[in-house]
Amino acid sequence: MLFLGILQSIKMAFKSIRSNKLRSVLTMLGIIIGVSSVIILVSIAQGSSKNITSQINQLGKNLLTVNTYSTDLELTDDTISQLGKLSGVKAVSPIVSGRVNVRKDRTTSQVSVIGTNASYSDVRDTKVSRGRFITDLDIEYRQKIAVLGSETAETFFGVNNPVGEYIQLNGNSYKVVGVLASKGSSLGQSGDNVVIVPLSTGQLLAGSTSISTVYLQGKSESQMNFVMNEVKMKLAALFPGKSNDYGVTNQQDVMDTMSSVTNTMTMLLGGIASISLLVGGIGIMNIMLVSVSERTKEIGIRKAIGAKRKDILLQFLIESVVLSAMGGMIGILLGLGCGKMVSTFMNMSISFSAPVILYSFLFSLIVGVVFGVFPANKASKLNPIQALRSGA
Amino acid sequence: MDKPIIQINNMSKTYQLGGETVHALNNVSLEINKGEFLAIIGPSGSGKSTLMNMLGCLDHPDQGSYLLDGKEIGKMTDNQLAAIRNQKIGFIFQNFNLLSKLTALENVELPLIYAGASAGERHKRAMDSLNKVGLKERAGHLPAQLSGGQQQRVAIARALAGQPAILLADEPTGALDSKTSKEILKLMQQLNELGHTIILITHDLEIAKQAKRMVSIQDGELQENGGALLGDFAIY
Repeated sequence: MLFLGILQSIKMAFKSIRSNKLRSVLTMLGIIIGVSSVIILVSIAQGSSKNITSQINQLGKNLLTVNTYSTDLELTDDTISQLGKLSGVKAVSPIVSGRVNVRKDRTTSQVSVIGTNASYSDVRDTKVSRGRFITDLDIEYRQKIAVLGSETAETFFGVNNPVGEYIQLNGNSYKVVGVLASKGSSLGQSGDNVVIVPLSTGQLLAGSTSISTVYLQGKSESQMNFVMNEVKMKLAALFPGKSNDYGVTNQQDVMDTMSSVTNTMTMLLGGIASISLLVGGIGIMNIMLVSVSERTKEIGIRKAIGAKRKDILLQFLIESVVLSAMGGMIGILLGLGCGKMVSTFMNMSISFSAPVILYSFLFSLIVGVVFGVFPANKASKLNPIQALRSGA
Repeated sequence: MDKPIIQINNMSKTYQLGGETVHALNNVSLEINKGEFLAIIGPSGSGKSTLMNMLGCLDHPDQGSYLLDGKEIGKMTDNQLAAIRNQKIGFIFQNFNLLSKLTALENVELPLIYAGASAGERHKRAMDSLNKVGLKERAGHLPAQLSGGQQQRVAIARALAGQPAILLADEPTGALDSKTSKEILKLMQQLNELGHTIILITHDLEIAKQAKRMVSIQDGELQENGGALLGDFAIY
């Protein structure tokens, strides 16, 4: 019976909304703008957050970085192999880096060079698209071979296959054995304009044996804090009293910082957009109050022929909820449409999430109820005699 | 004879109006039997509207009792009164008071919605009512598409739909021309002959005369129709 009554009330609500189209649309506009801006802004924020996360992940998964800041402190092969033996560490990859003059025929360019070992490919999530990566044997035999970043390969070889060709690094001839798959730039670093050589050869090129950076890959994401402590304790044992000369950074920490920043941004944008939803709710209340005073006579008639307080209350409440629900649905469509347009035309990454859409819709419903209660209550309390006597 | 359908005993109602106390009803007593066609006649300001509000269960009396169909109305809550209005009383207003956005049929269905009748039953009973007032063919029309007389017929159909104990008509012909007025009055007489109890409230003696019984009200006091009083009202 109650269900029937509500169905009937929804029908009546649609009737009265249809009979006042322009006003209904204007009333809904507040909710439409509110819901769609929540969706657009939150999707943009979540899109950029996803973007940043994937960029950080591109640097390598479960990555720990050990850096030295002082020439006093030298990371030797021995130190590195000790770090590699720690229980939580899966792979270790020492780095020497510098810039070299690269020449091929008449093309010359300054390119950053990285001397490293075979594990680098896994640790830094760097795959070859052609040929092969450096092997540990190359390091042992100080092979003059090089793996080119995709952009470097294109600079010197164009569309030709560079594998098997030779290039000059600081005047010495190196055989190209592989080309890296393109990674794109991440966090301002181009991963594609690079030459990778065996660690031993790299030390020759850089004219220095000092290793300033070691990358460590943990075995699992959940253990990263444990591995970090393990590494710190090992280093503290190896270099007592020199804790200021080296640093250990956890990829996860960077990620957490970033995601806390983007979460704050998402909340902020969502919050601002929610305010417009609230303002939209006040618009609904305003119109419902006008509607109540316009329809005083109707309320009187309904009461005279037997409408109880709750019938009138329900009628006006449902009307405001139907208004806000319609506004919410149109707002969702508009938000999705505008979001798509923003991502297409402004080349922004956007990520729609079902919970956000659902929450903003529910919020608009709640707004309809909250701001509909006051006018509906006012209507239901009207005295039928006075209501019947009113001119409208 | 049966118990009277309406039994009012020593009912009083006062209003405060601009600092003055107005005795809208003063110790009024009235009995109306089932199947009667009663006219209540009085000039404006006589307490006629107050009496109508009381009869129609729209207002509470200050003093006295009101038994409608054996039930004491005076102490009921607003919601109980709404239910009583819905089940026992069919209102017919001067300016029809149809809902302009609903069709004739939907208007007639309205009291049945509040009574909680099912959709099928509502439709059937509303169509029956419309048939009684001869407007079955106009069921789908909006009030604005109907003439004044037709609108009042729809209003009468709406009053009939809930099968109420009494029909309460407040100046039902006040907004109609004389020809249509006659038709509406004729319809009411027919309904009375079918067994409906009708209370007609008017200031017009000519109309009041159509009823079988007449009471007059002046300054809040009710008097059973006497030849002497009739003369006084002839001027209205």
